[in-house]
Amino acid sequence: MVDLIGKRVPKLDAPEKAMGASRYVQDIELPRMVHGKILYAGRPHARIVSIDTAKARALQGVRAVITGADLPATPFGFGKDNFALKADRVTCCRDEVAAVAADSPEIAEEACGLIEVEYEDLPAVFTAEDALADDAPVIHEQWPNNVRVDYNYSHGALADGEAESDVVVEGTFELQRVTHGCIGPCGIIAEFDSTGRLTVHSLTQVPFLYRNDLAKIVGMPAESIRIKQTAICGGFGSKLDIYPYDPICVFLARASGRPVRLLFDREEEFFASPFRQPATIKMRSGVKKDGTLTFRDVDLLLDNGGRTSWGATTPWIMIRSFSSLYRVPHVKVFGRVVYTNNPYAGAFRGYGNPQATLAIESQIDEMAEALGVDPLELRLKNSLESGETTGQGMKITSCGQAECLENAAKLSGWEEKRAALPAAAEGESRVKRGIGMASLFHVGGGAKIYRSDGCGTILKIDDFGRVTLISGSSEIGQGSETVLALIAAKELGLPLESIHVINNDTDLTPWDVGVHASRTTFIAGNSALRAARTAREKILTAAAKLFDRPADEMELADGNVVMAPTGEVLGSIPKVIRSLHFSGKHEMVVTSDYYEPPSKSEDAEFKGNISPTYSFATQVAEVSVDLDTGVVRLERLTSSFDVGKVINQLAIEGQVEGGVLQGMGYALSEDMKFAEGKLLNPNFTDYKMPTTTDLPELINDFVETGDPDGPYGAKGIGEAPLIPVAAAIANAVYHATGVRFRELPLTPEKVFAKLREAQALREAQTLPTAAPGQGEAK
Amino acid sequence: MPDTIDLTLCVNDERFAVRVPPVRTLAEVLRADLGLTGTKVGCGEGECGACSVLLDGTLVNSCLVLAAECDGAAVTTIEGLARDGQLHPIQEAFVRNGAVQCGFCTPGMILAAYGLLSENPSPTEDDVRRGLEGNLCRCTGYRKIMDAVLDLAASGLDLAVKGDRVPQEGGRNG
Repeated sequence: MVDLIGKRVPKLDAPEKAMGASRYVQDIELPRMVHGKILYAGRPHARIVSIDTAKARALQGVRAVITGADLPATPFGFGKDNFALKADRVTCCRDEVAAVAADSPEIAEEACGLIEVEYEDLPAVFTAEDALADDAPVIHEQWPNNVRVDYNYSHGALADGEAESDVVVEGTFELQRVTHGCIGPCGIIAEFDSTGRLTVHSLTQVPFLYRNDLAKIVGMPAESIRIKQTAICGGFGSKLDIYPYDPICVFLARASGRPVRLLFDREEEFFASPFRQPATIKMRSGVKKDGTLTFRDVDLLLDNGGRTSWGATTPWIMIRSFSSLYRVPHVKVFGRVVYTNNPYAGAFRGYGNPQATLAIESQIDEMAEALGVDPLELRLKNSLESGETTGQGMKITSCGQAECLENAAKLSGWEEKRAALPAAAEGESRVKRGIGMASLFHVGGGAKIYRSDGCGTILKIDDFGRVTLISGSSEIGQGSETVLALIAAKELGLPLESIHVINNDTDLTPWDVGVHASRTTFIAGNSALRAARTAREKILTAAAKLFDRPADEMELADGNVVMAPTGEVLGSIPKVIRSLHFSGKHEMVVTSDYYEPPSKSEDAEFKGNISPTYSFATQVAEVSVDLDTGVVRLERLTSSFDVGKVINQLAIEGQVEGGVLQGMGYALSEDMKFAEGKLLNPNFTDYKMPTTTDLPELINDFVETGDPDGPYGAKGIGEAPLIPVAAAIANAVYHATGVRFRELPLTPEKVFAKLREAQALREAQTLPTAAPGQGEAK
Repeated sequence: MPDTIDLTLCVNDERFAVRVPPVRTLAEVLRADLGLTGTKVGCGEGECGACSVLLDGTLVNSCLVLAAECDGAAVTTIEGLARDGQLHPIQEAFVRNGAVQCGFCTPGMILAAYGLLSENPSPTEDDVRRGLEGNLCRCTGYRKIMDAVLDLAASGLDLAVKGDRVPQEGGRNG
């Protein structure tokens, strides 16, 4: 039997998707279904004086109109400061103030236009810095200084680290807002059945947490709610929280007595969805002459927006990289998340890590230059190793950091290009080329932020050998369904086609924490593996009786029970299962497993082994910079990822390539532009996501360190590929131009302006021809 | 302007008569009136390409085409490629090369690839880049999509499906 683990296996759901047959939320119609639409405030900070819905209610075809006054005032979200509809005050433009259900989306939209809201505008604030000022408007009275959360982390003793340092670099990094850009906009359908039970057709990537949250908001017991996920049209973290449109749809269904479908249009998807957390990172890093890193001192300022979702928790992940991306004995991080009247951030693939990694890896390069050593060498010298515990208490069970660095350097031709390119850059060509690298540190098997970080599996094999694998984990396009099926097929000696995965219905599926923290392959994979092994044992025990052979000399292969040493076929697996049904104790082969990873919640000082394993990777970016236009192109990107063990080669490449292009968009072109809290570019023309013409040459390498606890040694990959891209590009642009960019994205305007500024500075100082570093503009 | 207009469409080699409001787009008619939900609408503004279909053999964003313009036209949607449960070679290539993740861009991307290969059966990598530039994908990073199209081009398979050209009788507005 062919072992498919590590091979190039097409996703199980790909044929259906390629035929256009998968049903997304936009494709589902229910009898008597009506259409929901939300009215947004469109102003950043105001008191709601009155809402008059009479005209909207009078419109023919309108089935329900709701406002905050009609709903229980149950706060939700990480900061418990959000409401389905805002009754008294709006604190950002995207705040929801009323909603309509009507016979068509057009009527619903028209009715929204007929709702008359009187506002009293209040003073507003649009930067975290301004919101900290003594006279800044207070956005939520419970937080009079506008600081919603602060973070204080340290290990070692910063003063010692500073004293030991021979070189100290410092800088401030500014990271912008970017949107997930799921090609399918959000949507939801809510329907009550005749007994009052609620079914929600949802895009959530955290079905069980979502159900709990929704239950509280709409005032129902969670067990009365069934979450059925439709095919999910892009996730990337955007569906990690519950957002106002979810309970709004349920309230509309309750008010109208009809199933309600609420679909976002593209503009809404842009302005009413969460985005990547913006950040201002002030950082200092130190190193000894011999290249030993000494300290990092970080001050984070995060714009929380007017409400609090997961964006406010991104420092948790940033801190993990500040503390443990390379070995650093002394680290201090102080962070503040501050209310403003902007919209708010959520989770986005990599969480805060792309932001933190840009700062860390830029400064690694700056220190290498100051010491006169190759950036590769400095990174290798400070690499973590398997078996060590980082300053933040994370236990490294498998570590390919050094190998990833070496592989990425070798595959990209680092040594030659690093030496050759600056020389070429001194030529007359208007296009300069550069090469830069960055690494990452990230959780590789979840993060224990809840009491359990587990996942359940129920596995059934029927009398024809068809396996139904019911997993709590969710398929959001990333290929987890296929990974689980591959694992079950291998353990049970059955063809992949025999494995049918159910993963989208809380009435059937066992508990899981959701798709986040790169946890699914590790945690759901282990759960599926263990459920399958239990089933395997049961089949072998029955086969031993049926065929009168020792159980430990038999194995399952190609759908049969065979003698391990000779391959002699004793009988089919279905035959053994039928023997269990029809004789002896009359049993079924139905197994279950709940896998809880050996990770721990962090303590009050943010320390602890939050994940059972950690991921490492290095990326090398090769860029060209057109000095006349400021256009930066990513020409080639080489990645080396420590993934423990590849389960599906085709899918893991897809994860890397997709992540790299998202990271490239973050680095070079994507930027949500706001004025007075209002999004100016809510469309794909003015918000530039990469297209096929931007695709760089991609080289992927996978290091298999074999994690001791991972399924077959595997660890997570989901978020990692995006994380170091921007940092590698910024380092490559510096190598090409001698100008360090600490602000993303590197748009032509920005690059052109700063190159000119640097040139003017050089000329003013009448310096000789600049070597990299001397031309740096600060 | 009349409240509704009557149209005849030949979709995937099957004739349909529909009565629709004049402002209805081809994408809406395909999805809502004909139940062909394989055509996806990602933006409604012609920016993402998810709604790509072939209209008389030419690739269009069906969200930007008024159905009223299509009377008598031949339309090929994603549902018209697979026949008798067998994937079309382009669909096969997308599946085999890992070009599908969340799948929402996939039908439009496959139609765009089909349109490209119908015009240019031996495209270079640059031709494919330019040919698919109007179709956004956020999951795959495009590499595997490019691979699928180039893989298929190299195979030299005949890609034509029935009904993707102007029908012999009738014809547009005829």
